[in-house]
Amino acid sequence: MKIRIKFEKTGVMKFIGHLDIMRYFQKAMRRAEIDIAYSEGFSPHQVMSFAAPLGVGLTSEGEYLDIEVGMCLSSADAINRLNAVMVDGMKVLTFKKLPDDSGNAMSIVAAADYRVMFREGSSLIPDVELEAKLAEFYNRNEIVILKKTKKSEKEVDIKPMVYSLSAKDGVISMQLATGSVNNLKPELLMEAFAAYLGKELGEFAIMVHRVDVYADLGDENNRELVSLGDLGEDIA
Amino acid sequence: MNKLALSDEILLSIEKPARYIGNEVNSVRKDLSEIDVRFAMCFPDVYEIGMSHLGIQILYDMFNRREDVWCERVYSPWVDLDRIMRERNIPLFALESQDPIKEFDFLGITIQYEMCYTNILQILELSQVPIFAKDRSESDPIVIGGGPCTYNPEPLAEFFDLFYIGEGETVYFELLDAYKENKKNGGSRRDFLEKAAHIPGIYVPSFYDVEYDADGMIVKFAPNNANAPEKIKKEIVMDITDTYYPKKPVVPFIKATQDRVVLEIQRGCIRGCRFCQAGMVYRPTRERNLEMLKEYAYDMLKNTGHEEISLSSLSSSDYSQLEKLVSFLIDEFRSKGVNISLPSLRIDAFSLDVMSKVQDVKRSSLTFAPEAGSQRLRDVINKGLTEENILEGAGQAFEGGWNRVKLYFMLGLPTETQEDMEGIAVLSDKIARRYYEIPKEQRNGKVQITASTSFFVPKPFTPFQWSRMNTREEFLGKARIVNAAMKEQLNRKSLKYNWHEADLTVLEGVLARGDRRVGAVIYDAYRRGSLYDSWSEFFDNRKWMAAFEATGVSIDFYNTRERSLDEILPWDFIDTGVTKEFLKQEWQKAVGESVTPNCRMSCSGCGAAIFGGGVCFEN
Repeated sequence: MKIRIKFEKTGVMKFIGHLDIMRYFQKAMRRAEIDIAYSEGFSPHQVMSFAAPLGVGLTSEGEYLDIEVGMCLSSADAINRLNAVMVDGMKVLTFKKLPDDSGNAMSIVAAADYRVMFREGSSLIPDVELEAKLAEFYNRNEIVILKKTKKSEKEVDIKPMVYSLSAKDGVISMQLATGSVNNLKPELLMEAFAAYLGKELGEFAIMVHRVDVYADLGDENNRELVSLGDLGEDIA
Repeated sequence: MNKLALSDEILLSIEKPARYIGNEVNSVRKDLSEIDVRFAMCFPDVYEIGMSHLGIQILYDMFNRREDVWCERVYSPWVDLDRIMRERNIPLFALESQDPIKEFDFLGITIQYEMCYTNILQILELSQVPIFAKDRSESDPIVIGGGPCTYNPEPLAEFFDLFYIGEGETVYFELLDAYKENKKNGGSRRDFLEKAAHIPGIYVPSFYDVEYDADGMIVKFAPNNANAPEKIKKEIVMDITDTYYPKKPVVPFIKATQDRVVLEIQRGCIRGCRFCQAGMVYRPTRERNLEMLKEYAYDMLKNTGHEEISLSSLSSSDYSQLEKLVSFLIDEFRSKGVNISLPSLRIDAFSLDVMSKVQDVKRSSLTFAPEAGSQRLRDVINKGLTEENILEGAGQAFEGGWNRVKLYFMLGLPTETQEDMEGIAVLSDKIARRYYEIPKEQRNGKVQITASTSFFVPKPFTPFQWSRMNTREEFLGKARIVNAAMKEQLNRKSLKYNWHEADLTVLEGVLARGDRRVGAVIYDAYRRGSLYDSWSEFFDNRKWMAAFEATGVSIDFYNTRERSLDEILPWDFIDTGVTKEFLKQEWQKAVGESVTPNCRMSCSGCGAAIFGGGVCFEN
């Protein structure tokens, strides 16, 4: 049976990188005695896939991983068991059964919501002006950044990858293209905003929090974003 | 949410911030208002190495069972953070509470190998605790050392307030109680040290004076304080089944060197190899009960979520219940995707059968440690492994599909001749020849034999403690002889030879058998920037050589001089149970190429029977 787990990663856990979070969950499954499926071969490993790796330094309340299990537990039981073996800053939010034909978490990721705040002393602009300036920045026809690769630099318009952008009380909310097709990092957008203000974004100026991750069930012309957490159903 | 000692900005600009944030599974947090004694337990190397150490996990669990004690962990900051902490004057902190070490009651440092000595000074300095014990004030933590290197603590004597000689499970609580009592009575630091000196196994270096003669030899080593005993007897746990062992060891987020459950099946070794310090100082051999090990295997796997379990001991094949334990582990856990790792097994029919069940034969290699290239020299060192044993074991393994062999030897052993050195190449070739005796169609491709040599360092409390050690040039000359002999062998294309570098070995020699005067060299080398000396990328021999030069300490005095049997050795004040008389006998038997049977074959009267248990009383 395919299962999708939604979890949050907050506090000091933001310093743990993606590969170590994978190792963390492999061990957590064993501690919680979840009947997880193993691959074949001499050194079997757990069948587990993560939606969208979260960079070091970022927190999130909408992370996903898919596993495969044998014996059926109720969602509530599984959540309790897993949370009994979590560390501070890691919490399992949902445990849902997926349709058998559903794509794995990694392959369907299309967008993500983020909340961005300036660290104390690092803000680019007073909070009261932020909302208006950000709207001005976002309302332009294009947002061009200089993309540097090893060999060359080229101008890219990132606006098509920004699905929403707004600010309130000093907190910036954004929805960005995420995944293997198009991927935009919040830092990059904030750098473009800083450049627009004629400033430079300091290396540790912002704190980024991921709110949720989405799949796109629409077609080429119309996006229809659905939270990864809404694709399965609770097990009674 | 937990506070952190380091800012986000620092943590995001250094390698592996997970080394410094604590919060690991099974790490222990307590309410400070209920705590009387705060203990910071330190392994003076990087987190991934320190977290792999069993001893600290045992003591961490044991201390934290007490409600009035909070034991936390601290490791050496990596060089990137070391620089930042010095620049910004950030005090070193413990992982759990993130509080500065200097606020603790105790800083306990485990001393596992000589090349971590400069890291000990780093820990003290970054903690903002005076490096020299004599400079510490009433508010500084008591700095206590433990672990194998404390069987000769003298080079470190000036840096520590106390040393705990022997196994930690026995008198630590007594020591903590004495501390609490002294604190309650308003006693001073010195009052506490005087009380501690009465506890068995506790050595207070400042309570002893050493006198030397004009040649630099020790003429007197004696207490200068009425509370300090003449001799310190090592502490040892006689019942290692009914004692402390962690059911919930801490599980790091980042991959530690030992990323698995470690089950210590026995302590000590019956073999009596004459170069081996562990084999002498951990006597007598004591086994853990099989049922206890089964229970712990189950609980520890469940509580950690590790996917591998490893047996730990000096010589697992000598554990009397090994077959039953291994079958249990395979039957119980193999189907649950748990790997079983069995280091230090003698290669024989049983171990080959087990290995074929728990590992991929095609990917694994066989390991033998003959230690010396000829039977003559193996008799000198009392290594009971014969050429016949090796060829027999290798032959069976080759027929079972293995085709890779690793061989470990030492160069520079006492009485070594050119023939012994060349014997390393000859033995390697014989193993290759044994492989090619198998008909071609039944063979698994080519054989690959890798021989490695390390250079011999005489260690305290071994029969070789009086032996002269080779110089750097002698060592490298010997490695060249082996290398040349390898190239002359019939199967030279199947043989590979590696040797260690000699500079580090020379230093290890001085630190291992040094006295108090060597402390000045360690301090001077540290001031010149020596740190992480066990890491080849940081080890800088020139700094050490400059330190010897500046302090006027002679390497030859400690290394290449043969000590006379009546000389006072710096570590003579420690009583390990094994008598000096026995070590002398063994040294003389070694020179006479005569072997001593292992403890199960017959008792040789080493003295360890005084502890009243273990293998000494099996029959």
